[in-house]
Order: sequence, then structure tokens, then C-alpha cells
Amino acid sequence: MRVRVLITPKEGLLDPEGRAVKEILEDNGYKVKSVRVGKVVELEVDDLSQVKEMVEKFLYNPLIEEYVIE
Amino acid sequence: MKFGVCVFPGSNCDYDTYYVLRDVVGAEVRFLDFRETKIQNVDCVILPGGFSFGDYLRAGALASKTPIAKAIVDFAQKGGFVVGICNGFQILTELHLLPGALLKNENLRFVCKDVYLRVENSSTPFTKKLEKGEVIRMPIAHGEGRFYVPEDELKRLEEKGQILFRYCQEDGSVTKEANPNGSVGNIAGVCNETFNVFGLMPHPERACEDLLGYYDGLLLWYSLISA
Repeated sequence: MRVRVLITPKEGLLDPEGRAVKEILEDNGYKVKSVRVGKVVELEVDDLSQVKEMVEKFLYNPLIEEYVIE
Repeated sequence: MKFGVCVFPGSNCDYDTYYVLRDVVGAEVRFLDFRETKIQNVDCVILPGGFSFGDYLRAGALASKTPIAKAIVDFAQKGGFVVGICNGFQILTELHLLPGALLKNENLRFVCKDVYLRVENSSTPFTKKLEKGEVIRMPIAHGEGRFYVPEDELKRLEEKGQILFRYCQEDGSVTKEANPNGSVGNIAGVCNETFNVFGLMPHPERACEDLLGYYDGLLLWYSLISA
């Protein structure tokens, strides 16, 4: 089974990468309210029950990031 | 004081640190491999700068899950000294031996230059050869050095004297211009609550010889060997 974990900078925390992308989008005439740049981790597992633990213990840092499991 | 310098895949200041401790300071030092499960016969562990595990996932994240990292937690809990320099500082926050996290520099640039640091607390084993308010100079070289802690935690750090160095101007004033990466409170180095674990972004091991133009870094090592 394939699981996707989306990890983004925590809401409210300064994300300079997102800010840079937003500025360029706006320079090109697009209207964007906010941009946050994160990462995707794809896991292939047989046992789904361990995914949450893997994410919380290893893949994301709760102080600075949030995650969504798809 | 016997030193151990950890070597992870991707460490690149390990030999500089080893050289300074052995040849400049004259201390006993050996390398510790990241696969080692026990730390024996060492009084101070140094986590050197570099890009352990290529900075994959997050800087320091993968190194913090290695056998030596688990041994370091045990070592620190028993009161052993631990110093994390640059990438080593990132590893220590990922290990929760130090508070906070180190994020991408606010200006998104890799910053490689000399900085001035103001000594905020000189009554720790790492800074006892320095004076409070003294300004020292050291190089930095990092892309992810923006120290972050939530506000309440920042207050706690200040109250307990856990902030050892702040980025400042040459005259010691702590200003926004002197902040190279956007760290909260211009913080360049912090200690844990029991003052045996210390992390900093600047490189003291690169500031230990006349040939390089400065030797303020030596004061840290001299503080430690007299601890």
C-alpha cells in the first residue's frame, strides 16, 4: 500500500521559501494569498498501523511543521 | 578532559575539530563512529559541523536517530558534556537535548562570513574563560541557522541564563543588522537547563590560530578543559 505524507511549515511560522515563490508568482501577474513550500514522503507499507508513529517520531518536527497523511 | 568527536556520513568539520583539540589545545581526543552504541572513556562529546546524511529530511534529523545519538542522550543525562557546532547544534535540537529548532535562513542564502558574538552568560562550563558582555569574533557558514523557539520558551531561556551568545555589532549592540539568519533574539548559541549541553551555529574550531586571523574559539576549549 502506498501512503503519502505531506509535510508543510507550521501555520504562522515564517516560511521564506514560500514567500519567495509567492513573490515570483505575483511578479508574473498571478494573485495568491499565501504560499507554503513543504515536502512529500511516499511510503510503501503492508501495515498501515505504524505509519502515524513513523511520521510523528521520525518524519516531521512538531515544533515547526504540520503533516497530512493521504 | 577527554574529547570524542562524532563522525557521521557527511560530517565535514570533524577533522578540523580533532586537529584543534589535539594539536592546538593539546587535549586527548578520539573519533566516535555514528554506529557506536556506547560512549566510554570520554568526558566531552563534540558533534561537528557538516551535512550529516546530506541534510536529508531536515538538517540533523537522520543523525539524531543513529546508535551514537541514542548513546549521547544517555551520556548527557548522566551529566557528560556535549557540544554541537553548526550541524551538531541542529542534531542536538532534533534530539531534544536542546530546545528549539534551526530553520532556513530568513534571506534563503547560505551565509559564510565572520560574525561578532556577545557573551550573555559566562558562568557556564563552556564560557567561564570569557566575560559577560565581552564581544568575540568567529566565522559562520550555514544555510539553516535561524534559531526558533516559541515566545514563552524564549522567555524561559532568558530567565534561566541559557542563552550564551547573541549575534551583535562590533561594539556589542544586538541589532537586526547584526542578525545573519533571522534567529529569534539574535541567538547564536544556547545551553540546556543543566548547563552540560551546548549548541552554537558559529565555528569555534575555525577560530583558534593566529594564521587564520583569530583565536577567540580557543576560549571555549580552554573553558571546557578547566571545567
